[in-house]
Amino acid sequence: MDEETIRSTVAGMLDRAVKALPPDVRSALAECETDGDGIDAVQVRTIMENIRMGEEKGIPMCEDTGVPVFWLRYGKVPISLQDVVSAIKEGLVEAADRAPLRPNSVHPLTRLNHGDNFGHGLPLIHITPIESEQIEIWTLTKGHGSENMSALGMLAPAAGVKGIKEFVLETVVNAGGNPCPPLVLGVGIGGTADTAMALAKKALLRPIDTFNQDPSMAQLEADLRAGLRDIGVGPMGLGGSPTVIGVNVEHANCHPASLPVGVNVQCWADRWAKATFRMDGTVEVLGGDI
Amino acid sequence: MTDEVKRLTTPLSEEEARDLRIGDLVSFTGVVYTLRDQGHLRAMEQEVPVDLKGALVFHCGPLVKETSDGWEVLAAGPTTSIRMEGLEREFIERFRPGALMGKGGMGQRTSEALQEFGAVYLAWTGGAAVLAAEAIRSAEVYWLDLGTPEALWVFHVEDLGPVVVAMDSHGGNLYKEVRDKVERDMPAIRAGLGI
Repeated sequence: MDEETIRSTVAGMLDRAVKALPPDVRSALAECETDGDGIDAVQVRTIMENIRMGEEKGIPMCEDTGVPVFWLRYGKVPISLQDVVSAIKEGLVEAADRAPLRPNSVHPLTRLNHGDNFGHGLPLIHITPIESEQIEIWTLTKGHGSENMSALGMLAPAAGVKGIKEFVLETVVNAGGNPCPPLVLGVGIGGTADTAMALAKKALLRPIDTFNQDPSMAQLEADLRAGLRDIGVGPMGLGGSPTVIGVNVEHANCHPASLPVGVNVQCWADRWAKATFRMDGTVEVLGGDI
Repeated sequence: MTDEVKRLTTPLSEEEARDLRIGDLVSFTGVVYTLRDQGHLRAMEQEVPVDLKGALVFHCGPLVKETSDGWEVLAAGPTTSIRMEGLEREFIERFRPGALMGKGGMGQRTSEALQEFGAVYLAWTGGAAVLAAEAIRSAEVYWLDLGTPEALWVFHVEDLGPVVVAMDSHGGNLYKEVRDKVERDMPAIRAGLGI
């Protein structure tokens, strides 16, 4: 476990993330592929053809290579936090050149683009301490056509599960074709306004064929997955099916007066990758494979 | 909707644009210009270095690589068009493009401008960026100071498509049809969610 290993692994993760979808997302999309002649079937076939061609040619599947967001889960390890953070940033520099990544950092008012993915507040790295003797680095290269459709609802606690479902439905319907459905939804429930949104994004990194370990949250996931899949917005908002291929819920306890609900809308390109660095020097990487 | 792909060359005449109906599939050979948020703003303020009359304007911020031979366009899918809604009517009125291409559709004011000036809105599958780049033979760029995603790119394309006509010059709007249907189905959708 050293800086060089972390740097090269992060570069490889980002490079892979933009070129190949994680197996859960890829197979969920592939399952929707039919030889039908409806506009929805054509859209899904086009998406799959594009994915395959990107993989084959080693080209990022979408021109919006997103904003790379990182989660650093830092355990009891002999390398300093500062060194890990700097290795992540160096890995991003390498990936930007190798993949390449589109320079997606502009000043919010002047819109000045310096031609890279750095700038005030970027890259965003969420740091969480963990107990084990390892480091985990997760990344999501988040496209912003979908990010723009994300929403926060500060619901009344009495709104309950129905209120949460209503809010998620409303967010998906309002978004229409803008976020590039078929969608994956990350839903963050509880915490504070900011934690609900952070949980919503983090939810997008869990495979969409898994469930939250809390039974009530797992039930909500099952209900939202079943109830939102075929609401008719359809691939690219052009009608038909599917609209939503995945819904993951993450939660935190909250204030008695509050029921924050964050919905992070993710296009079909749910491009995550995760690496675990262990004390014996081994590194395990999950995500898309090319 | 017909399965036959209409092969068009740019620029489009008003007659060609008015001949298209929602659901038609079209492909293009010729020139495509990219303009998104900052490009639209600048086009309304400064002289535009290209002729947009009858042009195919693509809401797109491509992924490019500069090589010794010039610019290589690696991926060039559509960006969300509704962001340009605030300026699009005035843009259409001033420059008279023949077609806009993007994703997600546009609003009522743009729909009215398409009808008034004879133009269409085309839906390129969002994220299908490698497929789009396949049709690009060469590229030039203006306004690079805006950064590569926002610059005005000129793509010389061969058989770009097929792409769906999603809004036409007769008031047809696939997105609106879909939205209206979802709205009508809402009681069943809500029941399905247990609301």
